[in-house]
Amino acid sequence: MRTEPTQSTETVIEVQNLEKHFGTFKAVAGISFAVRRGEIFGFLGPNGAGKSTTIRMLCGLLAPTAGSGRVAGYDIVRDTEKIKTRIGYMSQKFSLYDELTVEENIDFYSGIYRLPKTRKAERKEWVLTMAGLRDHRRARTSVLSGGWKQRLALGCAVLHEPPILFLDEPTSGVDPNSRRQFWDLIYSLSEQGVTVLVTTHYMEESEYCDRLGVIYRGELIALGPPRELKTRHLQEAVLEIECERPNDAMEIVERLPEVKEAALFGHGLHAVARAADAGPADTAIRAALAGAGFRVARVEGITPTLEDVFVSLIEARDRAHAPQTEVQR
Amino acid sequence: MSAIRATGLRCTFDELVAVDGLNLDIAPGEIFGLVGPDGAGKTTTMRMLTGLLPPTGGSAEVAGCDVVRDVERLKEQIGYMSQRFGLYPDLSVLENIEFYADIYGVPIQGRPEKLERLLGFSNLTPFKQRLAGNLSGGMKQKLGLACALIHTPRVLFLDEPTNGVDPVSRRDFWRILYQLVREGVTIFISTAYLDEAERCNRLALLHQGRLLALGTPDEIRAMMPGALVEVRTSAPRRTARLLRARLAGASVGLFGDRVHVVTREVVPTQARIRELVAAAGFELLGLQAVEPSLEDVFVAVTASPPAAAAPADLSPMSANR
Repeated sequence: MRTEPTQSTETVIEVQNLEKHFGTFKAVAGISFAVRRGEIFGFLGPNGAGKSTTIRMLCGLLAPTAGSGRVAGYDIVRDTEKIKTRIGYMSQKFSLYDELTVEENIDFYSGIYRLPKTRKAERKEWVLTMAGLRDHRRARTSVLSGGWKQRLALGCAVLHEPPILFLDEPTSGVDPNSRRQFWDLIYSLSEQGVTVLVTTHYMEESEYCDRLGVIYRGELIALGPPRELKTRHLQEAVLEIECERPNDAMEIVERLPEVKEAALFGHGLHAVARAADAGPADTAIRAALAGAGFRVARVEGITPTLEDVFVSLIEARDRAHAPQTEVQR
Repeated sequence: MSAIRATGLRCTFDELVAVDGLNLDIAPGEIFGLVGPDGAGKTTTMRMLTGLLPPTGGSAEVAGCDVVRDVERLKEQIGYMSQRFGLYPDLSVLENIEFYADIYGVPIQGRPEKLERLLGFSNLTPFKQRLAGNLSGGMKQKLGLACALIHTPRVLFLDEPTNGVDPVSRRDFWRILYQLVREGVTIFISTAYLDEAERCNRLALLHQGRLLALGTPDEIRAMMPGALVEVRTSAPRRTARLLRARLAGASVGLFGDRVHVVTREVVPTQARIRELVAAAGFELLGLQAVEPSLEDVFVAVTASPPAAAAPADLSPMSANR
C-alpha cells in the first residue's frame, strides 16, 4: 500500500509553556506543541481565544511573558531578526497597499525582503502567475476582488521563499471558490516542503489541515489530526436526526433521559447520547418524535463533527474551571 | 402582508453596482438568510432595507413602511444589529440596555420588567453589572441582540451576528432566534457560515450584487449540477492529483483527508475511481455518494474565473530554493 511521501520528522516549530499576559488577562495561558517540516498545522478557535497572539509571538513580533519557543531553529526571544528572514506572514488584513498597482505591491515587498535584482523579475512573474493576475498587473489593488487580493497577499508573503509560512485567518470573508483555490496553493506549498501554520474559526476549514490545535481562552484544549480528534474525544455516541421542524423537535429530543444534549445542526439535529452505544437513544428518539406527530426522515449514529467535539470540549473545560475572568480586549 | 418586500432594489456607488435588481418577498415569522462572500452586497442590502441608505433604484417595504418615504415609522418597527453594533465598553450590561431604551423612547412604565425579561432571555441576568468591555465575544453578541430588541421590533435584521464566535455561543444564539420567531418576529440574517444558512426557512445566495438562487435549503441543494462522491484513500493529496489528471468531465477538490468529485454519472465515475486508485497502489478507505453542502452548491453555480485557476502543475517555488 502506498501512502503520502514520508513526512519529515524534522521539527521546525517548537513551543513550550508559552504565555502572554496583557495586564491581568492571560491571552495565551501556557501552550506547548511542535510542528514538523512540511506539515499544515491549524489553530482552530473563536475570536479572542489567543490564536493571533500566539502567531505574533512565533513571528518574533511580540515577546512572550513566559515560556520558550524555537522557529526554524531560532529562539523566539533572542533571534527575532533571524526568524523574520525565514518566515512569511500573512495577516487577516492582507497588508497590501490599495493605492498601488499589483506590480508595485510586489516590487515593494521584493524591496523589503531585499531580493537580489536577478531574482526579482523571476519571483514577480511567479507571483503574478500563481495569483492569476498576469493580465491585471497594472490594476490598482483597490479594485481587486477579495480572492485576488488574498492570493496577491500570499504571493507577497512568500516572495523570499520562506520555509515557514504563518497565515492568520487568511480566508475570512473570501468566497468559497477563492477559498478552495487558496487551499490548493497551500497544499502545493506544503508539498514543496514549506511548513504552514494557519489559524481559522471555520470548523470546516480546519479539517483541511494535517494536524489541528483547538485553542480556547488561551489554552490548547485538544491536539491531533482532525479525524483523530473526532473519534477520540467524545465517549458518547452522536446521532444525526433529519425531521420536520427541527427547532421544535429539539425540545422533545433534549428532554429524553437517553440524550445528554441536542442542538440544531445543518438542516437537522445532532443529539449526544448518554452512552457509547447509539441504540437506546435511537429507539427513544424515534418513539418520542413519532408520538408527538413529527415525520422523521432519518436517525443515524454518525462520526461526530468537529463542532460536536469542540462544543463538548468547551463544556467540559467550563465545568472543570469556574466560568473565568471573561475575555478582556 | 409581506414582512419584507423588495422590487428591483438596486444600489450603485459611482460605477460599482453593489446590489443589482434584488427581488424579495418574505413572510412574517420567517427566518430568511442572506448568504454570500464579503463584497457580495449583503450589508448594502441590509442598509437599504433598514432605511439607512437610499436605494439608487427599485423600491422596498418593510413591515408595511416604505424604506424611503416612511423611514421614521420604519425605525420603530425594526431592530438592526450591525457588524459593529455600538456597545459602550465602559457602561455595564444593564446601562447599555437602558441607554438603548432611552434612544427608542421606551416608556418608563413597564420598563424594568421588560429589561429583566430581555436579560433573562439572553442569559445575561448574572452579568448585568459587568462592564460590556469585559464580556466575551459570545456575550457581547447576546447583549447586542438584547439592545436591538428593546423596542419589541416586528422585523429583526442581523448582519453576520455570529462571525468568529465560539460554537457554544453560536448554538445559544440560534436558540434565542427560534424563540423570537415563535413570538412572531421576522428575522433577516446574513451569514458567511453556510452550515448556519441551512437553519433558515429560506435563503438567498448573493454573488456580486445579484441573486444566484433563492429558496429553501433543500431547493437550493437540488440546484447542484451532478452528484458529489467522497473518496478517502491512504494518500489523499496524490489521489486528488491523480483524479484531476485522469478523471475526464469531473471536478475534483481536496478537503484535508477527503477528496470530493462532482460528477453527473455517479456509478461509472465510482468504478473509474476504484480502477485508478487501485492502479496507483493506494488503499481505498471509503467511496460513497454524499449529500452536497450549500458550499458545494455555491461553488458549483458560481463559475470560477479562468484567470484565477489554481496552477496545479506550477511549482510554487523556483528551482533554486
